[in-house]
Amino acid sequence: MTIKIKVENLNFYYGSFQALQNINIDIHENRITALIGPSGCGKSTFIKTIDRMYDLIEDTKADGTIAFEGINILDESTDVVELRKRIGMVFQKPNPFPKSISENVLYAVKRHGDQDKKDFPSIIENSLRKASLWDEVKHKLNQSAFSLSGGQQQRLCIARTLATKPDIILMDEPTSALDPIATSKIEELLQELKKEYTVIIVTHSMQQAARISDYTAFFLNGELIEFGETKEMFTAPRDKRTEDYITGRYG
Amino acid sequence: MTRYQKKLRMRHFYNQAFKVLLFLVIVVSLLVLVTLLFDIFRKGYQTLTWNFLTSMPSGRAARAGILPSLVGSLVLIALTALISIPLGVGTAIYLELYANRRSRFFKLLQLNIANLAGVPSIVYGILGLAIFSQMLKLGPSLIVGSITLSLLILPVIIVSSSEAIKAVPSSIIDGSYALGVTRWKTITGVILPMALPGILTGSILALSRAMGEAAPLIMVGAVGFVTFLPDNLLSRYSALPLIVFNWTSRPQEAFAQIAASGIMVMMIILLITNLTAIIIRNKTQSRID
Ligand SMILES: Nc1ncnc2c1ncn2[C@@H]1O[C@H](COP(=O)(O)OP(=O)(O)OP(=O)(O)O)[C@@H](O)[C@H]1O
Ligand SMILES: [Mg+2]
Repeated sequence: MTIKIKVENLNFYYGSFQALQNINIDIHENRITALIGPSGCGKSTFIKTIDRMYDLIEDTKADGTIAFEGINILDESTDVVELRKRIGMVFQKPNPFPKSISENVLYAVKRHGDQDKKDFPSIIENSLRKASLWDEVKHKLNQSAFSLSGGQQQRLCIARTLATKPDIILMDEPTSALDPIATSKIEELLQELKKEYTVIIVTHSMQQAARISDYTAFFLNGELIEFGETKEMFTAPRDKRTEDYITGRYG
Repeated sequence: MTRYQKKLRMRHFYNQAFKVLLFLVIVVSLLVLVTLLFDIFRKGYQTLTWNFLTSMPSGRAARAGILPSLVGSLVLIALTALISIPLGVGTAIYLELYANRRSRFFKLLQLNIANLAGVPSIVYGILGLAIFSQMLKLGPSLIVGSITLSLLILPVIIVSSSEAIKAVPSSIIDGSYALGVTRWKTITGVILPMALPGILTGSILALSRAMGEAAPLIMVGAVGFVTFLPDNLLSRYSALPLIVFNWTSRPQEAFAQIAASGIMVMMIILLITNLTAIIIRNKTQSRID
């Protein structure tokens, strides 16, 4: 089993408030790792450290190591633009660009300028196929992305991330704004995606974490309480607090 | 009647009374405007002919035309747009997306830009005269007029462009950064396209304000009565408000008439530019939604 990302002694601060405390996690390649925990425990903060999205928030600071392919992601010298090509992010609320469906898929590809123009049609088709959206949109690629339903928009956001050929996909509650059918579509999709990508997903649904993930990490108040294989964690949690949370005894 | 019903009725009464009051306020201001427009139209429509638009001014009202001022105003505004929009939008991009918002320099800058928008236009005229006409020896030329008007409307363009940039949802900007797109390409890829309607509307409205200005142009040496068309950046020139001013200050009734025609020309141009602003906004808006 290869370890894709190794997080060691990660601390994170918003100003003087410490949102993550000494986090240690190994993220396994081609596996789905679910992050669970009550609201405000630091799940979103954690995934923001992995692709350095916290750079966009003023007055934040991280220390420790997040080792990825021989570099420490947290280093000042890390090229965040390159990093974010390799580590994609899908947000809680679908956020397509105000452009056509195909322009959404090609948005980053065109701006990176590292792929051949004549490959664009196949990039569009492949990305949309991988995001299980192709059949629904193939006849209207030039229509605005806003003409899609919420679930379709979310899959479009996944497709545009896939178009940049990432290794890792971070997802922050990608189904919380979707209905059960759209949710199950995305869950099926995740099982496909993990063959090629490493996935880290934040979720508020215990059932979802149990259904889709291989590993689960339980956060509480900025601390990692328990991390391990999902099967074990949901059948025999080691920590009392984990048990309370997954059995619904926390808010 | 219970206490609650009573209160409800009182609230209802106040509500209605306030509505009537507001309506009256609107009627009064509209009446003033309509009377003014009607008066101008009544005086000016007869002399607003093709000949009037295409002739040089003259000492005799019957022969006088507005061509040099019309061309002068259009060229002046075009040059002003070329100078002020890139400068204003560039400044807004810097302020909103590059500057350190918490630095004292930034706060000072922001305060000053807001204040500059309130400085009387004649002050810009004095500035233009001192720096561009005299110090840089550009004289009473078209380019000095355009630079002066550009400075005058720059704060408005900066403020409206900043607002338009601020209104772009951060979720979409984050979406672009998360794909490994650089800051500059995020600006050109999503921020500017989404801010464009706001930027254009603000700029066009600012330009139409510049169009009606007389005071700063008088300061930098523009005149009403000119019998040639501007043919280069250093030409002398006239502008619509100046010729109108020239005509209204003459005692003869005939000049009052053509002054009214001149005002009509100005208003038609303003109407067209403002309509363009609205159309651009609606078009780009519907493309985004
Ligand atoms: N931009 C910010 N500035 C200051 N504090 C923040 C910021 N974002 C989050 N925090 C704080 O950091 C802590 C962790 O927030 P985070 O968003 O990571 O929680 P979360 O686990 O994702 O919660 P949720 O399930 O509600 O999304 C919270 O206490 C929150 O108040
Ligand atoms: Mg969150």
